[in-house]
Amino acid sequence: MSTRNSLLIAVSALALISAVAVAADGPNLGRVATPEEIAAWDVSIGPEGVGLPPGSGTPKQGETVYLAKCVACHGEKGAGKPNDQLVGGQGTLPGDKPPVKTVGSFWPYATTIFDYVRRAMPYNESKSLTNDEVYAVVAYILQLNGVVGENDTIDARTLPKVKMPNRDGFVTFARGK
Amino acid sequence: MATDHSPVRGSDLDTVAGNGLVHRRMFLMAGTAAAASIASAALPNPAAADALQVEPWMKLPGSGFVGYGQPSKHEDKVVRIWNTAPGTIGTGTSRTPHHLLDGMITPNGLHFERHHSGIPEINPDTHRLLIHGLVKRPLIFTLETLARYPMESRIAFIECAGNGQLLYQKEPAQAGVQQIHGQVSCAEWTGVKLAVLLQEAGVDPKAKWILAEGADAAGMSRSIPMEKVMDDALVALYQNGEHVRPANGYPMRLLLPGYEGNMNVKWLRRIKATESPTMTKDETSKYTITLPDGKSLQFVLPQEGKSVITRPSPGLTMKEPGLYEISGLAWSGYGKINKVEVSADGGKSWAAAALQQPVLPKALTRFRMAWQWNGGPAILQSRATDDTGYVQPTREQMIAKRGTRTIFHSNAITTWSISDKGEVKHVYA
Repeated sequence: MSTRNSLLIAVSALALISAVAVAADGPNLGRVATPEEIAAWDVSIGPEGVGLPPGSGTPKQGETVYLAKCVACHGEKGAGKPNDQLVGGQGTLPGDKPPVKTVGSFWPYATTIFDYVRRAMPYNESKSLTNDEVYAVVAYILQLNGVVGENDTIDARTLPKVKMPNRDGFVTFARGK
Repeated sequence: MATDHSPVRGSDLDTVAGNGLVHRRMFLMAGTAAAASIASAALPNPAAADALQVEPWMKLPGSGFVGYGQPSKHEDKVVRIWNTAPGTIGTGTSRTPHHLLDGMITPNGLHFERHHSGIPEINPDTHRLLIHGLVKRPLIFTLETLARYPMESRIAFIECAGNGQLLYQKEPAQAGVQQIHGQVSCAEWTGVKLAVLLQEAGVDPKAKWILAEGADAAGMSRSIPMEKVMDDALVALYQNGEHVRPANGYPMRLLLPGYEGNMNVKWLRRIKATESPTMTKDETSKYTITLPDGKSLQFVLPQEGKSVITRPSPGLTMKEPGLYEISGLAWSGYGKINKVEVSADGGKSWAAAALQQPVLPKALTRFRMAWQWNGGPAILQSRATDDTGYVQPTREQMIAKRGTRTIFHSNAITTWSISDKGEVKHVYA
């Protein structure tokens, strides 16, 4: 009798626990991802630079990459046309004339350039550049904008420390203001 | 134009605002009055074209079945229009022909599109959704596993943050509702609440944002506040009852009701829980509002209260004086539309339009207003109020606040002028 009772109690308790577990967790049909799987997909780079890969590049190396892969769309030395202008425009954000928004005049974080070039550029063969090539072309664009020097090396350590000219140019929106 | 012989003479009781806005009951009265007036007049022989015929299609069996139906061949002008970036075929925007549609739902083939590197051709069997970052158990979902979760449906608009940007121009663009406001559409989206998947993964309380990333060649990515994600974000698998269209994110997209279109990431492949925003290209250098002082507003996320008259509108010439229905769309990313007012005299007087049911939060709302056009010039406008009390601004008010150094989040009142020939033109009031 007592065994049967304890069994009943145990069964009810188990039912209760699983009911709670189901309610709290849902169907639980996802498969756990391994660290290797995540590493292969996790390409986003935040402003602190966490996740920047090994490798490095200089403006000079970047010029070579740029001339081979970027100049057709972004023009000589990032002057733009037919697609986005990458260089210049600093000081044009306020005023009456249309603002010239480039990496140098507008982008607040240098890490974003690495993130975007690696995931989306060159347009017709995105994700084809090596990490060294991405660092180099980022270095070249920053140097053309006067943000880093000709002999600076860009890597996981130096890139997050680069302060972009428009770093403090953003205000978080609040409705009604 | 209205004379003593007019069959639908507007009485003071029926007039609801200046220049011919009348009560909707005039539609019923117009019918009886017109019938009476025709009955009492001498009936002319109908023109040959008007004579009732037994048409050829009434004499032979019609065509057979097809696997996936298409609109009538007579509707071949009801199509999207698009612009692309130089050197690309698939980077740009297509626009919904709202002047040729009615109701609140956009047909799937006419939903607006914004692609940053074309439409990827995704194999649904190999597509995966990864949830990771600040979670206890990083998880991978297949389409098959997601399809076993409890689903929810939500009728919601999606609007590109750049919709209506032509209103920032100095001179009124000589364009119609499709070109100016065609980057908003509305569908019934069905899928799995992202909150359910995140709860299974076990989100760290430190995670205040997520990054959502697409599987297109641009790897389109945006940061989204966790509060919004837990509130009503949906991993949408279906659009108006069928699997999401490739152009709208097949096999799955993120739906963030009311938030700017760019954040409703298509071809969703990855969700990363993070402490703070990732500061992607689109949320820094693109979808921000640069003010006259050169500072830029960032994370302007919900779309503001807004409306536009879709009929009449440029391209739809009015043929003759008489009774018309003014029809349009209103929406707010903050909630429900409470009221839409219409003016036929350039904003001097306004009358409340009828709101077509259902009126749903963060969905397109159809409004209707009866108008006795006297054949003279008219200036048509609509003005929406949402359930937070927000009133759609005039263009002047919007520009006084925001300036003209941005192309985003334009929600000002749009003005159509009607000439005495019935031509409809975009003007600034």
